[in-house]
Parts: sequence; C-alpha cells; structure tokens
Amino acid sequence: MATKRVEEVNDITIRFSGDSGDGMQLTGMNFTETTALVGNDVSTLPDYPAEIRAPAGTLAGVSGFQVHFSSRPSHAPSDYLDALVAMNPAALKNNIGDVLPNGLVIINSDSFKKANLVKAEYLEDPLPDLRERFQVIEIAITKLTREALKDIDLSSKEKDRCKNIFALGLTYWLYNRPMEFTQTWLNQKFGKNQAVLEANLTTLNAGYFLGETLEALPVSYVIHKAKIEPGTYRNIMGNQATAMGIAAAGHLMECDVVLGAYPITPATDILQELAKYKHFGVKTFQAEDEIAAAGIAVGASFAGKLGVCTTSGPGYVLKQEIVNLAVMTELPLVLIDVQRGGPSTGLPTKVEQSDLLLALYGRNSDSPMPVLAPSSPGDCFTIVLEAFRLAVKYMTPVTVLSDGYLANSSEPWKLPEIESLVRAPVKHHKDAETFSPYKRDPETLARPWAPPGTAGCEHRIGGIEKDYETGDVSYDNNNHHKMMEVRAAKIAGMVRDIPDLEINGPESGKLLIVGWGNTEGAINEAIKEAREEGMEVSSIHLRHLNPFPANLGEILKGFERIVVPELNMGQLVHLLRSEFLVPAERYSKVAGRPLRVHELLKHITDILKDEA
Amino acid sequence: MAETIQLTRKDFVSDQDVRWCPGCGDYAILSSIQKLMPELGVPKEDILFISGIGCSSRFPYYMNTYGFHTVHGRAPAFASGAIVSNPDLSVWLITGDGDGLSIGGNHLLHTLRRNLNMQILLFNNRIYGLTKGQYSPTSKEGTKAKTTPDGSIDHPVCPATFALGSGATFVARTVDTDLKHMSMVFKRAAEHPGAAFVEIFQNCVIFNDKEWEEIEDKKTRPDAALKLEHGEPLVWGSSGNRKGIKMRNGIVSVIELSDDDDPAEKGIRIHDERMPTPGYATILSSLTRPDYPMPIGVLRAVESSVYEDDLIGQIDAAKEQRGEGTLEDLLYSGDTWTVE
Ligand code: SF4
Repeated sequence: MATKRVEEVNDITIRFSGDSGDGMQLTGMNFTETTALVGNDVSTLPDYPAEIRAPAGTLAGVSGFQVHFSSRPSHAPSDYLDALVAMNPAALKNNIGDVLPNGLVIINSDSFKKANLVKAEYLEDPLPDLRERFQVIEIAITKLTREALKDIDLSSKEKDRCKNIFALGLTYWLYNRPMEFTQTWLNQKFGKNQAVLEANLTTLNAGYFLGETLEALPVSYVIHKAKIEPGTYRNIMGNQATAMGIAAAGHLMECDVVLGAYPITPATDILQELAKYKHFGVKTFQAEDEIAAAGIAVGASFAGKLGVCTTSGPGYVLKQEIVNLAVMTELPLVLIDVQRGGPSTGLPTKVEQSDLLLALYGRNSDSPMPVLAPSSPGDCFTIVLEAFRLAVKYMTPVTVLSDGYLANSSEPWKLPEIESLVRAPVKHHKDAETFSPYKRDPETLARPWAPPGTAGCEHRIGGIEKDYETGDVSYDNNNHHKMMEVRAAKIAGMVRDIPDLEINGPESGKLLIVGWGNTEGAINEAIKEAREEGMEVSSIHLRHLNPFPANLGEILKGFERIVVPELNMGQLVHLLRSEFLVPAERYSKVAGRPLRVHELLKHITDILKDEA
Repeated sequence: MAETIQLTRKDFVSDQDVRWCPGCGDYAILSSIQKLMPELGVPKEDILFISGIGCSSRFPYYMNTYGFHTVHGRAPAFASGAIVSNPDLSVWLITGDGDGLSIGGNHLLHTLRRNLNMQILLFNNRIYGLTKGQYSPTSKEGTKAKTTPDGSIDHPVCPATFALGSGATFVARTVDTDLKHMSMVFKRAAEHPGAAFVEIFQNCVIFNDKEWEEIEDKKTRPDAALKLEHGEPLVWGSSGNRKGIKMRNGIVSVIELSDDDDPAEKGIRIHDERMPTPGYATILSSLTRPDYPMPIGVLRAVESSVYEDDLIGQIDAAKEQRGEGTLEDLLYSGDTWTVE
C-alpha cells in the first residue's frame, strides 16, 4: 500500500447529513467529542427537522450536524463547508450549496438510485455536474458495510443501521482522529448486545481502513491542537449548561430549586436533564401546561424556594400573566426562554432572537423585568447563576433569553474552579418584630422574603395594587403612581450589579457593531477578518438587555455609525434608538440559522467603503 | 416541639375589612373556617390560603395566616408549587365555579388526579359575582343572566362529578347555611391525606339569590337534601315524607318509606365513602333536584399515594443510591480533558 500524503491545515468544517433515521446527530456528536478531546477548538451546529420521522429520503427529512474545528480559538460555526458527507440525494441537495468550490463531497453511492433522486426532487442525476465542481468521493457505503458484516449474525436492516459509523470511521482517517472515544462510547451503548456492538466496531474499522486504501482519497489532514487557555474542559451544549446552572444555583444559594416546565422544543432537554439530577436535590414538576408551569414556579418562590421555568417563545407568551403576578408581588423567579423561529409555531427547531421585546414589554401595564442573554453555550451556565442571584437580591422575576442555536450547539467549555463560583446563600426574613411585607431595602428597594413557616410574619399578598407602606390592598391613585415608580426604580437600580461593557477595538471611530446573545462568535470572527483586511471597526456585546450596562450610552456616542446584527427584524436596534437617541442601523437575519460571518463582513466592508 | 399555645378563632381574623356584599354566603364560610382553624392544631405560620380571582378568592385577605391571591383560574398551580416546596404546610385553595371550572378547569383536573395534599374549597353560587352577574359553567340551562338575556344554552358541569371524574380521592359537599355540617366537612377535608375537594353551595344574594334555597333553608332542607354518613342508609325526608335510595346495576330508584320502616330490610343502599372505584360516588354526585335529593356530606374518601411524598421519596432514593450530588460531581463528570 502506497503511503498517502498528510497535509497540515488550520481549520476544517465538515457536515454530516442524511435521513433523520440515519443517525447523523450521533455521528456528529461522536466526531465532536473526539475532536474536542484531541485538543482542537470546536463549535457545532446541529440542524434537524421538526418532524420526528418525515418520509424517508425526502428533503423534509434531512438531518445534519456540522462540526467546525480548528487549531486556533474559534467560536463561530463557519458559513462554508470543506467537506460534506451526504448519505442520500436529499441530503446532497439540501447541503451542497454550502460546500466550498472544489470541496470534498462524500456520498453513499448506493442510495443514488432513481427512486431516491425523485424523492429528492432531482430531475436528472446531479453527479456529472457536481464532479466538475467538487471532489466527489462516491463510496458504496451500504454495500461495503454489509460486506464487512457478512459474518455477523444480524438482519440486513440491522446491518444497514451501521452505515453512519462507516462514514464516521472514514472521516476519522481523513482527519487523523483516534477512534478510542467512539469505541468506548459504542461499548457503553451496545455493551448488552454483543452482536450489535461487534457490528458497529467492525464497521468503524472498515470505514477507517477504506480511507487508507481508497485511491480517490490521496490526502489526509492534520489539524494541530489549538492554543487554548489551560484548564479542565468538557464539551458542552447550551441546554446542558443551563441545566447545570439551575442545579448549581441550588447549591451555591443554599436553597432548593423547583422547576416548573412543560415540554416544548427546543427547551425540553433542560427539563429532561434536570429530571435526572434528583440527587442534587432539584425538584422537577412537569406541569399540565405552560401557564401551570409558571404558577408552580411562583408558588415555590412564595414558599421560599428558587422557582424556575424553562420554555420557548409560544410558552413564554402564555406565562406572562403569571410573570406579571411575580412582578406585582415582587417574588424571585427565573424564566429561561430558549427562543425559536416564529411567529406562532414558526420554526420550532430553528434559531431566532425574536423574544426580546416580548420579554421587556409583553405584559399588561408597565411591568419592568430584568433580561439577560448568554453569548455562548458555556455562558448559559454563568448567566443562569447570575439570573438567580439577581432575582433573589432584587426580589424580581428575571428572564434569560437563550435560543435554539445556543441550546443545541456545543463548544469546549473551560470548567470553572468550584472555589471561583459566587456563593450567595438565600437569607429569608425571620424577624417578626421588623417585618412588613413591603418594607424595602433602602439600597436595592427589594422587599423582604418571608415564606410560610416563618412564625410572626404571616401576611397576604396578591395581584391587587399594594399600599406603599403596609403592602395591604390599596386602590389609592397617588399610591399607585408611587408604586409604579418604585417598581421601575428597583429594576433600573440593578445597573449597580451589571458590569460595564468592554469595547473590542478602538473606543471611537467610524463603525461600531452592537450584538447580543448568540451572535458574539460570528461578530468577533467578522471583526477579526475585517481588521485583517485593514478595516477599523469596533464591537460591543450585550449580555444584559435590561437594565443596560451603565457605560452603553457613552460608548454609542463615540461612533459615527452603529450597526446592530440580530436574528430578528430589529428589536435591540429599536431599544437603542429610543433609549439613546442614536441613529443605530438594523442588520436583520431571520433565516433560521446563526449569523453568517461572510455576510456580516460584506456588510461591514460596504459600509466602510461607502464612508471612504 | 415548640410549646403549644391554644389559639382561638380571633387569632385567625386578619385586620382587613371584609368586603363581600351584606348577606353573602361567603361570610358564613369564612367564619366557619376561622372557627375550625384552632381545632386543627396546626401552627398559624404553617397555614397558607391560596386563591384565584372572583368574589370567593378575596378569602385569603381575611385570614390571619399566610395568603396568596393569585390570578384567575390558576390557583391550583401556585398551590402545587407551594406544597411540593414545603410539604409541612397546610394548604387551603379557595375557588369558585367560574375560577375553578371555567378558566381553571384544566388545573383543577390535574391537581386532583395528582393528589397533592391540599384542601380545595369551591364556592358554587352558579353565577359570576365579581364581574356583576354573568352565567357560569355551573348555571342551570336557561339561566337568564346579563350575557344570556334569552336564557343560557350551555349544559352545566357538576363540580363534584367533575372532581370524581378527575380522580379525586376526597369529594364532599356542604351548604353555607349549615354551620355544623360545614365544619364537619372541612375538618374531614383537612384530615384527608391528598387533595380534598369540597363543593359549597353558596348564595350570591346580589346576582343569583335563592339559587340553593331549598337546601339552604332549614325548613325545606330535610326534604331536599340527603345527608350522607358512612355506613348509614341513603335515607332522607321529614317525618311522614321519608324516602330512601336503591341502586341496582347503576340504576337509581327512590323508595317511599314509612317512619318506622327498616331501610336495610327495604333494600336501601348503605353509604360507603370508601368504595375503591368512583362509580358509586359519581352516581350519587349526579343526583339532582327535583327528581332526587341533593346528596351532601362526604361522597368519597379513599387513600392513595400523595404527589409530593412520592417526589421527595424519589429524591431521597436518588441521594441514597448515587450519593448526594456536589458541585464537583455536577461539573466535572462525563468526558473532560485537561489543557496544560
Ligand atoms: S356578588 Fe354575590 S358572591 Fe359576590 S360578594 Fe356579593 S353576594 Fe357575594
């Protein structure tokens, strides 16, 4: 066997795609874990259909998992693919548009039959044309898998289920990845079923060895370890980090957590994950609907626990009347909205950042509530903890706006040192002598929290307006005005606990990019590239949307043009314009996928060219 | 154990002025509850009244205990959150026919079937009072109210039947004018482990006066209501007008009895609140005037596992099996790697 060439590259993006029954998510996850363990920086982007099993072979049923890995720190899913694995024509058709010219396209040639081409709505065989534009590697994956497994006693249907592992083995060869992680994983998953385990292990090897021998693949690639900050890492998805943050809050605040939730895509994983965390003392309650889920959490808060809800847009809307009661009764509550495409049912499995204005203004009357947004999967952990601390300190509901991309994408996450985590034990009010339910802390304006069970502090609260002094029901006009002011002042005053923004780049100049939430990685990447091309541009990234950091206004004033990229029709831009009277410009993308670096880069380039 | 101070009714009266209309049935219910509280032996600070929206839902403001006046229909959710958070609490949920069965029907159903430990008192006046007189889900067909000038065309729901259908383990009925009966029923409800549902026939003097007159009036009550007692025959009626109920294969028949007839001999059904399946109690709950007497008292009282006990049981078991989780376990488990 001739030895093949090995090339060093810095950066690869590969997408595994196939039918939703083909196991593409598992393939992608294995590739990701292996790649993270090798020491590359990784960011992933799963893309799966809303239907559990759309008709096999159709465009609607295509499921994909993209892995971007690099020898440099990188936090964006890249826009274009160096390699595509397409298990059927539909997968090819859906994804080929993202492959770089002359990129690698590995297809399962066994599935390129007439019937499948028709299902993928190809009028003619696409391969002759594609062979001109890409390196198309046609492999009879189904046949080769069956051949490799001819001595194993399984049905052909069972054998065919190993196809994805064949593709995984091949890509392990292609990018010089070790197979141990996947071997261990297969052992854990199929340990009880010897034949299936053996079949998978054999197929993994068969794929790998095919790489070594296949003439069509003359080169394999090495991607060196990224220079990453020292520490202990794990690969983490946003929903996992959120679940961990919720469980950690109970420990760090020395107060039980009660989660009220109703299954909804893409937030369900958090409930499922936490249901497994019983030994951490987390109580999960799957409610009959979204409204009840919120009621359960607020009931728990009234009873002195850390009430929390996880949901997505359509559920978040339903909860607002309950949230408003928590605003009125000034009870702590953490609401996590994993935003998805809308309006209405919209695009349940796709990303959008379109609940910002809803979080701020989606309740009857003036109902101020703090809003935070994590900027990466790992940041979900940090921000959830911050939300709990703020909720308790200020006796208020707090919303965390995560989203479908953060929820399901992953990154290597540097685990925080346990000692570095902020401990903020909950202190309920216990002293009957000094208790009055609406007697506020002079600094934070928070009222005391005296849960049932506290002798001498018996009190009644509810949704009716309160007397400023006593907390009793009051319909007095002037009192109402005063209460509206104090509720607003309390939330505005939280700015003292919100860190100032740091500017990425010069403090003034022609162009400032203002982002929030999941777009940080893509914006940073675009800025980096713009600078490499000699452009001068700065950026800031908001994790606190209400109240805004104290120095935001000052920063905005330092720039001639302000562009606000958002995965919505222009919500933050609206807030900036009205709050700071600056001519901030909208840069909206609502295509159900993360912000694309090259598109933003082009926008930056156009603006700066205009100005020049 | 903290020393026990004997509390009295007064300890449970809050400093707020009661704002129901004069003559409203709610006053008697409030007073009956305030009287009962000291008898329960529960410290005041462990008692929580939770309500939704409506006339009856103002109730918590008048109790000198913990109280939470929440949003329309959703009180069962808040109560569920409170009891799973602190199972030592004595939770009383106050609702009405609109709050509990219209906007909140869903929550009531699920709270009952989960059997969370709380007392649910549904004040049934068959009308919307606080919004000034619209028909409710329990209003009789043909009810002329502000939104039904030509009479309502809705088929009403029977609260007790609904509760039984939802899997309630304790279902009872009582009347706002019969203090002794109310007190007995409330006490039984408080003693029941799990969700105890009590429908109270309550008079709204302003918008639906005399809706329950026959049952509320001491004079007509003996002939209109059947007071249920466990182990006793289903017999009612004043002297000379005694009647009993026979049940065969689910068919109910009314038998006339003379004052000295032995009901057992006549085949009259003996009341059994502990029937394992809800069929019998459901039939009883659906009897209504004028063809049948209105059964009041405890229709069903059976024991079943309680939601929050099971939840805490699972948490304890998980801690036992896997050890109490620490922050290290939480963060540093699974596949981690170290970068030097
Ligand atoms: S409107 Fe009816 S139910 Fe409401 S307080 Fe008045 S009498 Fe009572």
